[in-house]
Amino acid sequence: MNLLDLFKRRGSAPVARERLQVLLAYERRNRSQPDLVSVLREEIMAVIAKHVQIDQDYLQVSMDRGETMSTLEIDIQIPNKSARPLALSA
Amino acid sequence: MGKVVVVTSGKGGVGKTTSTAALGAAVAKTGKKVALVDFDVGLRNLDLIMGAERRVVFDLVNVIQGTAKLSQALIRDKRVETLFLLPASQTRDKDALTEEGVAEVIGKLRSVFDYVFCDSPAGIERGAQLAMRFADEAVIVTNPEVSSVRDSDRIIGLLDARTVKAEQGEQIAKHVLVTRYDAARAARGEMLSIDDVLEILSTPLLGIIPESQDVLRASNLGSPVTLSDPLNSAARAYIDAARRLEGEDLPVVVPFERKGFLDRLLGRRAA
Repeated sequence: MNLLDLFKRRGSAPVARERLQVLLAYERRNRSQPDLVSVLREEIMAVIAKHVQIDQDYLQVSMDRGETMSTLEIDIQIPNKSARPLALSA
Repeated sequence: MGKVVVVTSGKGGVGKTTSTAALGAAVAKTGKKVALVDFDVGLRNLDLIMGAERRVVFDLVNVIQGTAKLSQALIRDKRVETLFLLPASQTRDKDALTEEGVAEVIGKLRSVFDYVFCDSPAGIERGAQLAMRFADEAVIVTNPEVSSVRDSDRIIGLLDARTVKAEQGEQIAKHVLVTRYDAARAARGEMLSIDDVLEILSTPLLGIIPESQDVLRASNLGSPVTLSDPLNSAARAYIDAARRLEGEDLPVVVPFERKGFLDRLLGRRAA
């Protein structure tokens, strides 16, 4: 805990307010159109799927929606195809 | 094989979601693997109470419809390693849940987790019935207030009739969790007593959670009260209730009003 936390403890309402603002801004936007992060996710997945078969078991997607910045993390394990042909040619 | 616990009440606003988060976190803190499942499709809130609202990618409906794997939809808690959340969908309506789909998801969760807590929506409709359908045990969240007790009685009737366990002729274990208990009002005889509630519902007591500002604070911060403020009276009551749920034989203490010296002197009532 740092010194700032001591002051923050005074009121939790500002935290609640900020969390709600971020969430509701996202949800309201989302009602009319899908949000950018979701669109990116879908399109990136589609591009990858064109080249390799995505095994759902080796895929993890995580997002973090912030007020000024959001992050999208796609973790895909792509099987190493070069291993087999090399072994065959050897 | 894990245990499936539905947290239900009939009436809205009595503290189902808060209690799901607090009990689940308390159990997970003991090292057990715990999944919290939000069944309130269209009006989800467990993600907000758990502070995971910014991290939702997939939800229960995605898993049931096959657009996401269960492992992809589960969100791991940032504070407790063994605690996971399966959010409800915010955009689709309750009809998106099918009994077969829910059966499959609960079955998978049961095989991986020690405890699966199902946070029921208010009401007695489809969503509430699906939340309780595959439960082994039920926590009935009740406020010491007439309409809440009446609705709890209705829910107890449903638990004994509409769950898979009940249909197989087995008993579903039921526990009453009294929340928002105000010791000062109870002392003045202005609130149904715990004995009244238990006698009317004739169901064993899991715990009594005192009305507390810290519960509101925990919601504001997006953290179960058992994690954000574990020494607080409400948090301690939840932790004890979680231990009872795990089979420990702990006596329930009815919260009493603690008056300070000045309060006594001036005959003031605690707020």
